[in-house]
Formats: sequence, structure tokens, C-alpha cells
Amino acid sequence: MADIVVKTEDVVKEYRMGSNVLRALDGINIEILRGEYISLMGPSGSGKSTLFNMIGALDRPTEGRVYIDGQNMSQLSQRQIAAFRCHRVGYIFQSYNLLHVRSAHGNVTLPMIFAGVSERARNEKAEKLLDMVGLGDRIYHLPDELSGGQRQRVAIARALANDPSIILADEPTANLDTITGREIIDLIKRLNNEQGVTVISATHDLKMLDVSDRIVDIRDGLVERIRNRDEIEIEVGEVGGE
Amino acid sequence: MNQRAPIEEQIDLPFVESLRISFQSLKIRFGRSIITTAGITLGIAFLVSVWTNNEINLALQESGRQSQINTFEETTQQGISTKDIWLIVMSLIVCVVGIANSMLMAVTERFREIGTMKCLGALDGFVVRLFLLESGFQGFSGALIGALIGTLGAILLGLKDYGLDLFYYFPLLPAQPEDGAMQLGVIVVILLGCILGMILAVIGSSFPAWRAAKLPPAEAMRTEV
Ligand SMILES: Nc1ncnc2c1ncn2[C@@H]1O[C@H](COP(=O)(O)OP(=O)(O)OP(=O)(O)O)[C@@H](O)[C@H]1O
Ligand SMILES: [Mg+2]
Repeated sequence: MADIVVKTEDVVKEYRMGSNVLRALDGINIEILRGEYISLMGPSGSGKSTLFNMIGALDRPTEGRVYIDGQNMSQLSQRQIAAFRCHRVGYIFQSYNLLHVRSAHGNVTLPMIFAGVSERARNEKAEKLLDMVGLGDRIYHLPDELSGGQRQRVAIARALANDPSIILADEPTANLDTITGREIIDLIKRLNNEQGVTVISATHDLKMLDVSDRIVDIRDGLVERIRNRDEIEIEVGEVGGE
Repeated sequence: MNQRAPIEEQIDLPFVESLRISFQSLKIRFGRSIITTAGITLGIAFLVSVWTNNEINLALQESGRQSQINTFEETTQQGISTKDIWLIVMSLIVCVVGIANSMLMAVTERFREIGTMKCLGALDGFVVRLFLLESGFQGFSGALIGALIGTLGAILLGLKDYGLDLFYYFPLLPAQPEDGAMQLGVIVVILLGCILGMILAVIGSSFPAWRAAKLPPAEAMRTEV
């Protein structure tokens, strides 16, 4: 049987605003396999980021359960959740979310500081990761001194600091131009191929289609359909042929 | 369903690491830190100047001198006028509100940073400790400078009122005259000002930081300033 990394069971998320209740997720059931590259697609407001937050333990579902590596996330203690975020997941956001008071190096080392890695080991690792994302010559720059694409590279290096098994990327290319976006996608895909990291990415970006193993279409807080790579290729071909 | 090890418990950071991160953060945010600290300095300077001025008046009235501005009618039996009490209470309120406000602002604009640190594995306790250290340092240095400025202001005012007699009767140390009000002395006032400034800064910063740390990271990161 295939190895399931993430499984959601009837996940519902409601946002309460005064007397209004907004049902952002309306019972999501998905299973994601180890080593898969999954894209969550859907129109703006369909609930992609909300689902991203549920899978990454950045927020709690109103109803339903999220299992990661077979663990029911709602049963974890505060300390376990912190350790989960620290070790198991690497987050990449549309707006980079770098700590602007820390250099590229400082951003990449922080998760390792939280993990209790020795200073020497984390400096070494940070240099290696920044080198890998192509920022070997900008290690001590502050985020404000870097371009959007470079900042996103720092965020990717930071996401990899503690060798996570899952990378969660919420529209990682949305603020980037086509070419830079392409480079970022290639970088993430390379990690997926070479290190077997599971990638879960919310996106509007059609460039993400041809690197995905599966595409989950989300609409109004529900999974509309799940397409496999071969189906996608046919469709892309059709679109191209029109 | 799966074979990976169960999820471990997150460790606490060594104190030195927290200290290092907080100082780094103060240093890089130097300009902003100075503004926040200036808020503390102003509040404490105002409070200490009013308070010290009052101490000076008490001491010199005790010695038989009269300030040109404190007329006899205003002065109660104990030597403290209701106007002085009013001033002290007012300056205390201004100080508390001013410091609480500047700390709250400084924390609110860092909600996103708090959420991000939690994404990277920070425990709530670490976030609170970070703000405790930063605000403790800012509170102490801001309040010390404020207390010194306030004292200087009160001395200048005293010189205007009493001339050089001020230094002869200067209420540096606590005193309890036989038939007068207890005098704290300027040193104690400075000390109290520093402690008050530090406590206000620490509470004003750690409380909102604690509330932000308890939020799910997704919510903390949503706040745009
Ligand atoms: N904290 C919140 N409070 C209230 N409503 C929220 C909150 N977060 C999301 N929503 C609502 O939930 C719905 C889903 O939002 P979500 O951010 O998940 O959409 P999305 O698919 O990521 O959209 P986009 O592509 O624009 O990023 C939206 O209608 C949004 O307004
Ligand atoms: Mg979104």
C-alpha cells in the first residue's frame, strides 16, 4: 500500500465574523502520498490558503481531522506542535515572511537554533543551503537588500533547514515575474525529485501544472476533482492545440 | 498507517540564545528601538521631574525658605500642596499610558514576526521571553535616562526658585523631619522611576506578546501593519 503522508478527514473551517459564519472549508478529504508533488488549484477565495494552514498546523480546523505521518494533529501537545513545525514541515509563503531583522544566514539558522543544532553545524548547513539556492555570495544580506526572487530563495533555504519531509508552499511564485517564478518552481521540483520531499503547493500559476504529480481543484471549500499527471498532460495539450 | 517515529517534544532554548536573539533584534531595529525607548524616557522624565521638584520644595520649605511660586495659601500643613499631588498623579497617569502605548505599538507591528517564528518552531514561552528581555532592557535604559533628565529639569527649576541655597539643602537622601512630611530624597525617586519604567515597559510589551504568541500562527501572520 502506498505511503500516505497527509490525510484529511472531513476538514471544516469556519470563520466567525460577528454573527456571520463563513465556511471556508466544507469537508475536505484528501490523501497525499510520500514524495508526491501536489498542486492545490482554485479561484481566489476558494480555500487554498485555509487548507494549507490546516495541513501545516498553522491553524486548527473547526471540525474534522488532519493526520500527518499517521498522527492525529489535534491530539498533539503544544510542544509537539512546535516540534512538528520545526522538524517536519518547511513553509514557503507568497510574501516570503522572512524576519527582516535577520540576514539571509540568520533566517536560515533560526529553525536550527530552535531545533538545538550546534552553532558550528548550523553555520555549515546554512552556507550549504544558501549556496544550493544560488545565494552563496549574499549570505549576510538583510532581506531588504535582496530582490523578490532572492528572498524567496532564502525562504526555500530556510524551509529546508531541518530536513523536513513536507514542503508547504502557498503561491510561492505569485509575487515573482515569469522567469524568476519558473526558476523557483524548478528549484522546488528538484528538491522533490532529488530528496524525495513531499511538496504541497497552492497556486494559480499554470507553470506549476507540468511539474505536479496530481492537481487538486478546490472550489468553494470543497474538492472539486483530483487530476493525475497524465490527464493534465492531455488537457494542456488540448489547450495548446486550440 | 505509518512507520515514522512519533512526533517529539520541542526543546527549550538555552537562555544565552534567547539573549543573543533579543540583542540582535534590538540592534538591527535600532532606530525603532530608540523611538520606543524615547517614549519610556519621556514618561519617566516627566514623572521624576514633578516628583523631584516636589521633594526639593519640601526640603527647602522645611529649611524655612519659600519658593516664589508656592504661596502660603497653597501649602498645607504637611508642606505638600494639593496642586503638587494633582501634578504627581497626572504625571503618573501620563507615564503609564504613554509607556503602555508605545510598547503595545511596538509589539503589534511585530505580530507577523511572532507568527513566522512560531512557524519555524518557536514555543510560546520563547516568544514571551524574547519580548521580556527586549522590553526589560529598553525599559531600564529608557527609564534611567528619563530619570536623569527629569532630575536635571527639577534642579534647574529649583535653582530658579531658590538660588544656590538649593545645593545646601539638596534632598539627596531620605529624611524624616520631626514635624514634616516624609521625604524620599532624590536618589530614591530616581530609583523608583527606573523600577517603574522597567516594570511598565515589561508588562506593556510581554502582555500583548503573550496574547500574540497564543494565537495560531496563521492568524498572527495575517495582521498587516
Ligand atoms: N481569518 C479569516 N477570517 C475571516 N475569513 C477568512 C479568514 N481567512 C480566510 N477567510 C475567508 O475564507 C475564504 C477562503 O480564503 P483563502 O485565503 O483560503 O482563499 P484562497 O483560495 O487562498 O484565495 P487566494 O487564491 O486569493 O489566496 C475566503 O472567502 C476568505 O475571505
Ligand atoms: Mg491564498
